[in-house]
Amino acid sequence: MHLFHSCRILQFCSNFQQLLGGLHLDGPFTTALGLILAADPALMQIIGLSLRVTLTAVLVACAIGLPLGAALALARFPGRGAVIVLFNALMGLPPVVAGLIVYLMLSRSGPLGDLALLFTPEAMILAQTVLILPIVVSLTRSVVADIWDEYREHLQSLGASRLRAVPTLLWDGRVSLLTGVLAGFGRASAEVGAVLIVGGNIAGHTRTMTTAITLETSRGNLGLAVALGIILLSLTLTLNAVAWGAGQWARGRLG
Amino acid sequence: MMQMRPITSAILPLRLEGASYAVGDKPLLSDISLVVKPGRRLVVLGANGAGKSLLLRLCHGLIAPTAGCCIWADGSSRPAAQAMVFQRPVLLRRSVAANLDYPLALRGLSRSSRRDMVARTLARFGLGPLADQPARLLSGGEQQRLALARAWTMTPEVLFLDEPTSALDPSATRMIEEMIESFSAEGITIVLTTHNLGQARRLAEDVAFLHRGQLIEHRPAADFFAGPQAPEARAYLAGDLIW
Repeated sequence: MHLFHSCRILQFCSNFQQLLGGLHLDGPFTTALGLILAADPALMQIIGLSLRVTLTAVLVACAIGLPLGAALALARFPGRGAVIVLFNALMGLPPVVAGLIVYLMLSRSGPLGDLALLFTPEAMILAQTVLILPIVVSLTRSVVADIWDEYREHLQSLGASRLRAVPTLLWDGRVSLLTGVLAGFGRASAEVGAVLIVGGNIAGHTRTMTTAITLETSRGNLGLAVALGIILLSLTLTLNAVAWGAGQWARGRLG
Repeated sequence: MMQMRPITSAILPLRLEGASYAVGDKPLLSDISLVVKPGRRLVVLGANGAGKSLLLRLCHGLIAPTAGCCIWADGSSRPAAQAMVFQRPVLLRRSVAANLDYPLALRGLSRSSRRDMVARTLARFGLGPLADQPARLLSGGEQQRLALARAWTMTPEVLFLDEPTSALDPSATRMIEEMIESFSAEGITIVLTTHNLGQARRLAEDVAFLHRGQLIEHRPAADFFAGPQAPEARAYLAGDLIW
C-alpha cells in the first residue's frame, strides 16, 4: 500500500516535470526527488520536528478537549451557549493570531515569560494546541451530544451518573471522534503562521516543514521547498485516506 | 440453569399514590393510584398518547411525579433491583458480549463474576454464536432478545417493558413472549405495555387501562377481558374486534 502510494507520487511528479519542462522548472523537482530518495538529513530533521510538534499538540489537545467537549455536551450551566459559540468561532481562529497570543504570553514581559519557552519547540506545541483544541472540543461536544440523546434514558435506567456516562459516550463515539482528531492534525500540520511567530524558524531547532517552505521559497531554494511540499501533501492524503477508511470500516463493523 | 427467585420481594409492592405528571400546565398523567404486586404480570393498555410509556418511566424512576408519589416497599427512592427495556432497544456501539458486560461493570461487579454472568447469559438465551458481533448490526428480533437478556443480567425483581414487540414479526414476537414468560416463572414481576391485544390476553394477569392520562380500570385480566366496565375500555376492546 505504502509502496503503491510512493510509486503514484513519483509518477505524478515525473508527469508534472514533463508538463513543466518547457518552463525550465524541472530543476526543483529533480532536486526534491533526490532529497527525498536520499533521505537527506536536513530534510529528515525538519520532518521529524514537524511531526513531533504536531503530534504532541494533538495529544495535549485531546487530553483537554475530549473531556471538556463531553462535559460541554452533558452539563447545563448559565452561559453554556456562549461557551459553545466561542469554541465554534475559535475553530476559525487564524493561525497567526493564535501565534500572536501565545507569543504575548511567552514573551519576556508576558505572564509565562519566566518559563523562557519562546522560540522553542515547546512554544510551537503550545501554539498548535491552541489551534487544535477548539476543533476537538466542538466536535466532541456535537458527537457526544448526539449519542447522549440516544443513550440517555438507557444509561439513566442503569443508574449511570452523567460523569460515569462520559467515558462510555467518548468510547462509543470513537470513530467520529477520530475523524475530528485527524482534522485537527491536518490543520496543525498545514499551518505556518503560529509556529513561525513563536518558533522563529531557527534552522535545526524550530524549523518545521511549513516554515521551511516559506523560507526556502523566498530564498529561491525551490528543491527543498518542493520536497517538503510533496511530503506534506502525501501526509495529508494519507491522513484523509485513513480517516475515510476508518469510517467505512466502522460503518460495516460497528453499525 | 434457571434461577428461582422468591415471590416475596424486597422492593415490591410499588405503590403509586395520586401520582401525576405534567409538562407546563398540560397534565399527561393525572392522579394515578396503583399497586404493582410482586410476582404478577401487569399489562398496561390504552390508546396512543394515553400515557402508558410515561407510566412505566414514572414507575422505573426515569421521571419524577409532579404531584403524588411512588413508594417502593423498601422505602428507597429508586431501588437497583429493577430494569427497563425500551420500545427501541438502546444498544451500545459494541459487541453483544460487551453490551451484556456494561451494566454489570456499572454495578461494580468484579471482572471474573462479570465474565461468568455474561457467559451464562449468552448460553441461556442462545446468544453465544453472536457474542462477538456488533450489537447494532443484529436483526430487530435479536436486538430485542439481547436487550431483554441484558435486563435479566441485572437480576431485577421487577422488569418494565415498553412495547417490547411492537416492531417485530410474529416469530420474533413469540420468542420475546417466551422470554417474558420464563422471567415470570422465575418470580420476576413484569409490567408491560402493548398495543397487541392478543399479546395482552396471552401475558396479562392484571390489566391497567389508561385513557388520556387517567387510570380507568385496574383489574385481573380475566375480569377485564370478560367485560370491561368503563365505556372507553369497551370501545378500545371493540375497536380491536373490528380491526
